[in-house]
Amino acid sequence: MISLIPRKDIPLALTVMTPIIAIALTLIVGAIIFATLGYDPLQALYQFFIAPVSRPDQIGDLFVKACPLIIIASGLVFCFRANVWNIGAEGQLILGAVFSGYVALTFPGLPGWAMMPLMVIASMLGGLLWAMIPALLKTRFNTNEILVSLMLTYVAALLIDWIVRGPWRDPMSFGFPLTKMYEDAALISRIELPGIGYLGQLHWGVVGALLMAVGAWFVLSRMLVGFQVKVMGAAPRAGRFAGFSPSFVTVMVLGISGAAAGVAGMVEVSANIDQLQPDISFGYGFTAIIVTFLARLNPLAVIGAGLVVALAELGGDSAQIALGMPKVVTGVFKGILLFMLLAGETFNRFRFEIRLPRSAAVKLTGGQN
Amino acid sequence: MEQLILTVILTSVPLIFAASGELIAERSGVLNLGVEGMMLMGAVSAFAIAMGTGSPILGMFAGAFAGALTAGIFAFFTLGLATNQVATGLALTIFGTGLSGLIGAPLVGHAIDGLPQIHIPMLSDIPILGMLLFQHDIMVYLAVIMVGLCAWVLNATRVGLIIRAVGDNHDSAHALGYSVLGVRLLAVMFGGMMAGLGGAYLPLVLTPHWAEGMTAGRGWIALALVVFASWRPWRVLGGALVFGGITIMQLAGQARGWTIPSQFLSMLPYLATIIVLVLISRNREFALANSPACLGRIFHAGK
Amino acid sequence: MPLFFFEQVLTVAARRPHLSEAFMTARSRTKTSKNSAKKAGVAAPTHQTPLLNASGFVKRFGNFTANDDVSFSIYEGEIHALLGENGAGKSTFVKMVYGLMQPDSGALEWRGQPVTINGPQHAREMGIGMVFQHFSLFQALTVAENIQLALPAGESLSGLSDRVRRMSAEYGIGVDPDARVHNLSVGQQQRVEIMRCLLQNPSLLIMDEPTSVLTPQETDQLFDVLRRFSDSGVAILFISHKLDEILALTSRATVLRRGINVGTVDTDTRSARQLAEMMVGEMVGDVACNTAPADGDVLLEISHLSRPRPTQFATPLRKISMQARRGEILAIAGIAGNGQDELMEALIGEWRAGLDGIIFLKGLDITHAGPAVRRNAGIGFVPEERNGHAAVPTMSLAENNLLTSHSLGGAVKNGVIDDDAMRQAAADVATAFDVRLPNENPLASALSGGNLQKFVVGREIAKSPELLIVSQPTWGVDVGAAMFIRSAMLELAAKGSAVVMISQDLEEVFMIAHRIAVLYNGHLSAAMDATGLTAEKVGLLMGGSAAGRGPDA
Repeated sequence: MISLIPRKDIPLALTVMTPIIAIALTLIVGAIIFATLGYDPLQALYQFFIAPVSRPDQIGDLFVKACPLIIIASGLVFCFRANVWNIGAEGQLILGAVFSGYVALTFPGLPGWAMMPLMVIASMLGGLLWAMIPALLKTRFNTNEILVSLMLTYVAALLIDWIVRGPWRDPMSFGFPLTKMYEDAALISRIELPGIGYLGQLHWGVVGALLMAVGAWFVLSRMLVGFQVKVMGAAPRAGRFAGFSPSFVTVMVLGISGAAAGVAGMVEVSANIDQLQPDISFGYGFTAIIVTFLARLNPLAVIGAGLVVALAELGGDSAQIALGMPKVVTGVFKGILLFMLLAGETFNRFRFEIRLPRSAAVKLTGGQN
Repeated sequence: MEQLILTVILTSVPLIFAASGELIAERSGVLNLGVEGMMLMGAVSAFAIAMGTGSPILGMFAGAFAGALTAGIFAFFTLGLATNQVATGLALTIFGTGLSGLIGAPLVGHAIDGLPQIHIPMLSDIPILGMLLFQHDIMVYLAVIMVGLCAWVLNATRVGLIIRAVGDNHDSAHALGYSVLGVRLLAVMFGGMMAGLGGAYLPLVLTPHWAEGMTAGRGWIALALVVFASWRPWRVLGGALVFGGITIMQLAGQARGWTIPSQFLSMLPYLATIIVLVLISRNREFALANSPACLGRIFHAGK
Repeated sequence: MPLFFFEQVLTVAARRPHLSEAFMTARSRTKTSKNSAKKAGVAAPTHQTPLLNASGFVKRFGNFTANDDVSFSIYEGEIHALLGENGAGKSTFVKMVYGLMQPDSGALEWRGQPVTINGPQHAREMGIGMVFQHFSLFQALTVAENIQLALPAGESLSGLSDRVRRMSAEYGIGVDPDARVHNLSVGQQQRVEIMRCLLQNPSLLIMDEPTSVLTPQETDQLFDVLRRFSDSGVAILFISHKLDEILALTSRATVLRRGINVGTVDTDTRSARQLAEMMVGEMVGDVACNTAPADGDVLLEISHLSRPRPTQFATPLRKISMQARRGEILAIAGIAGNGQDELMEALIGEWRAGLDGIIFLKGLDITHAGPAVRRNAGIGFVPEERNGHAAVPTMSLAENNLLTSHSLGGAVKNGVIDDDAMRQAAADVATAFDVRLPNENPLASALSGGNLQKFVVGREIAKSPELLIVSQPTWGVDVGAAMFIRSAMLELAAKGSAVVMISQDLEEVFMIAHRIAVLYNGHLSAAMDATGLTAEKVGLLMGGSAAGRGPDA
C-alpha cells in the first residue's frame, strides 16, 4: 500500500523547485508526444519556446500576451487561497469589456483623463457584478460556485454575441458583428521607450498589469483582508475563531477576482481590438487558472508565470507558421504543465510512504524526482 | 416538422452519451471537468480509425477506447496523486483539445462514410413515428440503451449501490471495506468511454469530417446537463432533448424571423441549470438527497 | 424455576450461528413473562465459560500506558458496562477487542479458545459487532440499502427489506426499511446502525457511549431494544460514564481508571456513589482547598443560555446559567461530549445562530457579539483543539499570534499589518511563556503539542485579559508544560482577572479551581465552592446521577 502522509514542514527548496521541475517535465513529455506523432521534437520546442522571443520587439509582444493573464491571475490568487473556486473569470472578463465598452461608446466625447478612469471603474463593476452571482448564491443558498461561475461564462459569451450583433452593432460595419471603433481617448496607447521607440505592441496596460500584481501581493501579504483570506482557506474554523466571516471572505474574493477579470477585458479591448466583437478573449479566463497555479498562488510570481504561459501561447503561432501545427497544440503544453503542477502540489503537501505487508515501511520523499 | 424533431434527436445524442457517463462518475463522487477534452479525443480517434479502416463501427469503438484512456490520465492524477479535481479536469480539457488538434491536423479535409441507418423491421414502417423513432443509426439506439443501463445499474444492482455509497460517504464506504479509489477509477473510466462515444458521434454521423475543436462546447453542456438532471439518468435523456431542442429552436426561430434574439434562447439551458442548482442546494436535506455528498472531495485512506 | 429453565433453552438457541425465526417467534410469545425479570440475562454464572475473556491486556503509546494489565470477561446474554473517565483507557481496550489495535501483551479467549483478532473484519466474522459513538451511515441511501452494504452480496433488497421489517417489529426498533437515512432522527439512525450489526448475528455487541446522542425517550427505547437482545443471548459491552444508566441497564460493570482495572462489580449491589468513587478514585488532595477570594465583582454572567444541537452528534445546551468573578478560577468539569465544545463556541461567539438566553460581560449584553468584539471587550479565549481551531498549522507563529490580536490594534494599522510588530509580539509571547522554537518564526505545525499549547495560552495571557476562557488547557501536554500553564492561569486570577476553565481532567480541576460546576448532557450544575468539595460528589455529577444533585449530597 502506498499512502499519502501530510508533511509537517514544507522545505523551502521544494516550494521553489516545484514549478521549475514541472516546466522541465512538461518539456520532456511534450517532446515525447511530438516525436510520437512524427514531428521533430527539438524543432518543435524551438518553435514554441525560443522562436517567439528571438527579437527585442517580440519581448514586447510577450508582455502584451501575458498582460490579461497577469491581471486575471492576480485576482484569482485571492479566490484559490480562500478555497473558493471561481472558474468563470472568462465570463467576468467579457462583462468587464461590455461595461467599459458602454462608457466608451455612449460618451465618445469624454476627454482622456475622464474616459480612462471611468472605463476602468466600469469594467471592474461589470466583472464584479458577474462574480457576485456565484458569490451570493453560495453564501445564501450554499450553491456550488464552480458550476455557477462556469454556466455564467456561457451566458456572458452569448450576451456579448447578442450585443455586438444587435443593439450596439455599428450600422457601417457591413453586417459584421462589430461595434464602432473606440475614440482615441478610450484606447490604451503603446509605450514609447526613450532611445528605443516602440517595443512591439507593448502598451501601458502592461504597466497596469504589473502594478496590479504588486498590489495584489501587498494586499495578500501585508494587509489584514489578505490575512483573512489566507486563514479562511487554510483553516476555516480558526478563521471563525479569529472573528472573520466566511461569507464576507467568499464575497470579497469573488469580488476581487471578478473586478480584476473585468479590467483584463477592458485592457484587452482598448489595447488590442479597439472595438467590441463576439470573441474578445481567447480563453484567457481559463488559461489564467494555469498561471495562478504555476505561480503557486503567489501574486508576485504571477508575473513570471504569466510570461511563461504567454510564451507557450505565442509559440503556438510560430509553430503554426513554421511547422504547420494547429494553433490549439499550445493546449498540449498548457495541459501537461497544469497536470505536472498539480502533481507537484501533492508532492509538496504529502510524503509518500510505501507500506509493505509485514515488513518495515519504506519511506520515499516525493518532490525530488 | 418531422425533420426538425429528427434533428433534435440527432443533436442530443452526443449530449446523452457524455452526460450519462459523467453522471456515473459524479455519482461516485468525482467531478471531471474534462468532458470536452475526452469528447474531442474520442472524436478524432473515431474519425482516424473510421478513415483508416473504412469501418465507422470500428471508429465508434476507437472513440470509446480513446475516451476511456483520456479519462485514465485524469484518474491517475486525481485518484492516484489526490490532485484537485477542478483544476485537473480543466487541464484535461485543455490537453485533450490540444492533442486532438495535433493528431487530427493531417486528417482535416478528408471525409468518411458515416454510420448507416438501421431500419427496424415493422416498426419503422409506422407513419411518422416510425421515421422519428425507428430509422436511426446504431448509436441512437445505443444511447437510449446506455441511459437505461445506467439507470438500472445505479438503482437496481449492488454495483450501483456501491457507486452511490462511495459518492455519498467515502469514509464509511472505506470503513465497510469497499475500495473507494477502485470504484471511482472504474466510474471515471466509464465516464471517459461514454464521453468518447459522444465525441465519436460527431464525425461518424453529424458532420462526416474532422475539424479542430468540433465539439464546440458540448462537453460543458453535458456537465450542465448532469446537474440539470439532478444526477438521475432518465432525466438526462429528457434534458438532452430539451437542450438539443433549444439549439434547434433558435435556428428555426431565426428562419422565421422571431423577435427574441437567439442568444437568449441559447442562454436558457445554462440559466435553467443555475436555477436547478439553487433549488437543490438551498435546503441541506434536499441537497443530501439529490446530489452526491462527496462530489469533488479528495479521498485518501491514510488519515 | 420454570422461568430459569426457559432461559437456559434460549441461551442454547441463541448460541447457534443464526437467530432462527422459530426462536424469535418463541421469544415474542413469552415476552410478558420475560419482562417481569428485568435484568435477567445470566449474571456472571461462574460455572459457564465466558464468551470473551481478556487477561493482562497492556497497551503503551510511547511512554504513556493506556491499558495496564487489564483483565475482563463477559458471558453470553450479559449486559456489561465499561466505566471510566476520559483517558481511562476504555476506547483503547475496546479497540483491541475489536481488532483495531493489537495489545502489546495479554491473551484473549473466545468461547474458551485462545484467539488473536487481526482486524475488524476478523472480529465481525468471529461474531463481534461494534456500534461507534459517531456512527456513519450513508445519508442519501435507504435504511435497507445501508444494511445491505454491510452484508455479504447475495441477498436481494426486497428480501432484506422484509427481514429488516420483521426484525424492526420484533425488537421494537420502529424503522421503515425504505426510509432514507437523512430523514431519520439520530436515535433512529443509531438503531439502524445497531440493526446493521445485528443482522450479522453477532454474539457480542460493543456499544461506545451510545446514549450520548439520544434524548431520554430515545434512551429508554434503546434500552428496551438492548434488553431484548440480551434476552436472546447476545452479550452487550456497554461503554458509558452515565451512572444511572449503568445501574438501570447492566448487570455488571468493570471500572477503568488511568489504564488500570479497578474492579468488576455487580451493579445490583452497588450505588451510583460507589461507582463514582471507583471511577474518579482517591486522589491526592481529594478534598480541594482552594479558597475563592472574598466576593470579587461578577465579570461574566450567563443566564439561561440554550443552543439547539448544531450537528448530528453534538450536544444541545440546556439553560446554562453561571457567574464568573474577578480573582477566581471557575472550573467547568465534565466528561467529553457533554456540551463542552458547544458551550465554548457560544462563549467565543463563533456560532451565534439559534442561541437563546443572555451572556453579560460587566453587565453588557454580548450574546450576539462576534469574537473580535468580545476580545476587544477584554476576553481571551483558548479553544480545546490546537490544530485548525486555536492555530493554523500551516502559518507562522507570528501570523498565529495575529489571529487573536488583529482587532486590538498594535500590529495592524489602517488595515495594514506591521510585519516587525507582528513578529515581535509573537517573539515576546514565546519568551515570556517559554515556548521553545526550532527557528525564529516557525510554522505552528513545526512545534510540539506542549510548546504550541504554551503559545496559544500565552498569547491570550500576554494581553492581560480581564476574563480568560480556556477549554482543556493542558490536554495532551507534558507535565512540565501543564504545570507552567496552570500556574500562569493562577497568576492571572491573582491579578484580579477571572478565569473560566472547561476541563475534563478532574485532578487539574481540584488542583487550581476556586469554584467548580459540572457540565452533564448540556446542563450545567450550580457552581460549588471548591473548599471541602469531594471528588466523589463531583464524580456523581459528572456521571449525571440523581444522587449527585440531591440536597444532602
